[in-house]
Amino acid sequence: MTSARDEILGRVRSALAGVDRTAPEASAPRIAPVPDLVGHFADRVEHYRAVVERCTPADLEATVAAALARHLPDGSGRVVVPAGLSFEVPGAVVDGADGPGLSALELDAVDAVVTEAAVGVAETGTIVLDHGPGQGRRAITLVPDRHVCVVRAEQVVPDVPDALERLDAARPMTWISGPSATSDIELDRVEGVHGPRTLHVVVVDHA
Amino acid sequence: MSATFVGMPAFPTAARGALADTQLRHNLAHATSTIRAKRAAVVGEVEEWEELRLAGAAVKEAALRDLDTHLVRLEESLTARGATVHWARDAAEANEIVARVARDHGADEVVKVKSMATQEIGLNEALAEHGIAAWETDLAELIVQLGDDLPSHILVPAIHRNRAEVREIFLRAMGDVGRPAPADLTDEPAVLAGAAREHLREKFLRAKVAVSGANFAVAETGTLVVVESEGNGRMCLTLPEVLVSVVGIEKVVPTFADLDPLLRLLPRSSTGERMNPYTSTWTGVTPGDGPQEVHVVLLDNGRTRALADDVGRQALRCIRCSACLNACPVYERTGGHAYGSVYPGPIGAILNPLMKGTGRPGIEGEQTDSLPYASSLCGACFEVCPVRIDIPEVLVHLRSKVVDGHRGDTVPKAEAVAMKAAAWSFGDSRRLGWVEKASGVAGRVLTRFGRTTLPGGRSAAGRIAGPGASAWTGARDLPAPPAESFRAWWRRTDGGRGEEGSS
Repeated sequence: MTSARDEILGRVRSALAGVDRTAPEASAPRIAPVPDLVGHFADRVEHYRAVVERCTPADLEATVAAALARHLPDGSGRVVVPAGLSFEVPGAVVDGADGPGLSALELDAVDAVVTEAAVGVAETGTIVLDHGPGQGRRAITLVPDRHVCVVRAEQVVPDVPDALERLDAARPMTWISGPSATSDIELDRVEGVHGPRTLHVVVVDHA
Repeated sequence: MSATFVGMPAFPTAARGALADTQLRHNLAHATSTIRAKRAAVVGEVEEWEELRLAGAAVKEAALRDLDTHLVRLEESLTARGATVHWARDAAEANEIVARVARDHGADEVVKVKSMATQEIGLNEALAEHGIAAWETDLAELIVQLGDDLPSHILVPAIHRNRAEVREIFLRAMGDVGRPAPADLTDEPAVLAGAAREHLREKFLRAKVAVSGANFAVAETGTLVVVESEGNGRMCLTLPEVLVSVVGIEKVVPTFADLDPLLRLLPRSSTGERMNPYTSTWTGVTPGDGPQEVHVVLLDNGRTRALADDVGRQALRCIRCSACLNACPVYERTGGHAYGSVYPGPIGAILNPLMKGTGRPGIEGEQTDSLPYASSLCGACFEVCPVRIDIPEVLVHLRSKVVDGHRGDTVPKAEAVAMKAAAWSFGDSRRLGWVEKASGVAGRVLTRFGRTTLPGGRSAAGRIAGPGASAWTGARDLPAPPAESFRAWWRRTDGGRGEEGSS
C-alpha cells in the first residue's frame, strides 16, 4: 500500500505535469522613508490604544517603576521579569531564577510583566519579541494581565520586510500590535480578551 | 455539536430562507458595511497596494507551481527541528491522526485555535466520537459552538448573530460546559468578551493538548505562523504540552522573507487593521518554551484536485482573509449558511467545486454544482482579493464544467432543453422566422395584459409557470418580446430607408 505521503506527492506531481514551474517574479514594494521613524512608531503603537511613553536611557528605570505604579496603584501587585533584563525592576520575581520557571497557574496569579523586545515595526506599530534574554519564555508575556515592554530607538525599523531581515526564523516569535482585541461581536472592536489587557510601551530614545 | 452542513439544499433553495430572515439581513448589512469601510481606509493609505498584491500573488504562485519540492523541504525542516510530520489524504485520515495523538496522552479534551482546515474536516465531531471534547477558544467560534450553530463567515463565524443573541447564548449554554456566565451579563461587547475570558481561562490553564491550523508554513525554515487577535491562539500555542497543527498543503511558502507581502496584505484585507494584535511563529520544538511535543498534519482533502485545474489552481493562493465575502452583494444578502460549507461567499463558490469536483450525482453533488451560479459576476471579489484570485474567471470556468458534467444525464436539465431548442431555431432562417412570429404574438399579448412594468415603461412577465421557466422567472422579470422582429422590420422598411422621417 502506498503511504499517504507518497500518494499526496504523486497527486501533486501529476497535477503539475506540463505546468511551467517558474512563477512570475514580483518583489514586494518598500514604503517611502519616514523622517521621524521613532515618532512614527510611537504614534502607530498608540493608535491601538496602548499606552506609549518615551524616555532617555538614564530615566528608564524610573519610567518603568512609574508605569507599574500607574497600573498597580495599591503597591501590592506581583511583577515578573525574565532573566537577562538589562535594567532593574525592584521587587520583581525573576522567571526561572531557581528552577524551571513559573507554571501557568502561578503566572495567572501575577499582575504584571516587564520585558524588552527584539524589534519595533514603525509602519504597523508592532513590537516583535523573539523570546531571547530580557524577553523570556512566551508564557510570561501572555498570562499576566499587564505588559510593560521596553523598546529601544535603535530597534525600530520602517516596515515588515526590514523586521524579517533582522529576525531569526529558528526562534519562536510573538508579534504584538496593541493589547489583545476582538471584533467578533458586530465587528465592534473591544480591547482585552485573553492576552494582556493593558500594553504599556516605553520607547527609549537614542542616548 | 449536532449542527452540520451535510445534506444542505442547493444554494437557491437555501438562499430563499436566508433572504426572508429580516434579523439576519440586518445583522449582515451592518457587519459587512462596517468591515468594508475599515478595509478601504487602511488599504487606501498604502500607495503601493497594487504592487503588494502582485507580490503576494507571486509568492503563493511560486509555492504552488513547485509544490512537491516545497512540501518535501518543509517536512525536512520540521523534522530537523523536532516536529513529527504526518500526511493525510482526506478528512478521515487527518481526524484519525489528531485523535491518536490526543489518546496517546490520555487527553479527554483539547483546546482549539480557530482553524478553517479543522472545520473543513469536521474534527470536533470526529473527536467527540472518540470521547474527546474539543473546546473552540476564538470568541466567534465559541458563540457558534455554544449556540449549536454553524459558522457563516471565514473571519467572523458568528457574523449572523447580534449582541443580544450572543448574550442569550452565553447565559444559556456556558454553564453546561464549564464556568457559567455571570447572572448580571449585559449585551455590551466588552462585557461579553470579559465573560468569554473568564469561561475559557480555566480550560487554557489545564489543557494538555492543543489543536491549531496555520496561516503560513515556511518550507525553508519549518516555521509555522498563526495570525490572530484575541490571544486565544497564543494560549493554545504556548501553554499545553502537546500541539497538533492541521495544515493544508497549499499553506506552504518558500522562504521566511516571503512572509513579508502576506503579513502586510492579510490584516488590512481581513480585519481592516494595519496589523492584527498577535502573530505567533514557532519552528518545531523550542526547549523550555512552549509545547515540547509538536505535530504537523499536512492535509490534501481535495487540494490536489484543485491544483490539477489549470484555471482553478489560483484559488489555492487564498489566504482566508474574507475580503471577498464582505465585498460580495450576494453574500451580504444571503449570509454564509446558504453556501452549505465552511467556505462561504465568492471564494467558497469556487473552492468547494474545485476541491470536491463537479458533476457528482446526488444531493451533495447538486449542492456543489449550484455554487458557481451564486454570483452576479460583478467582479467586486477580484478587486479586493489581496492575492489577485480572478474569482469571476474561475466561476465562469466552473459553470462550464458543471454543464459538461451533466451532458450524459438521462433526464436533461431544463436549461439544457432550452439551449437545444434555441440551437434548433437559430440553426435555420425559416425556423427562426416562425419563432420570431410566435414571439411577436406573445409580446403583443404581454404588453396588453402584463402586470409588471420595467423601468422605461416596457411590459414584462412576472413568474411564468412550467418546469425551468418558473425557476428562471422566479427571481427575474422577463421583458415582453417586441411585437416586430428586427428582420421583419428590415424587410418592411428596406433597412430603415422606407421608414417615415428617415433621411
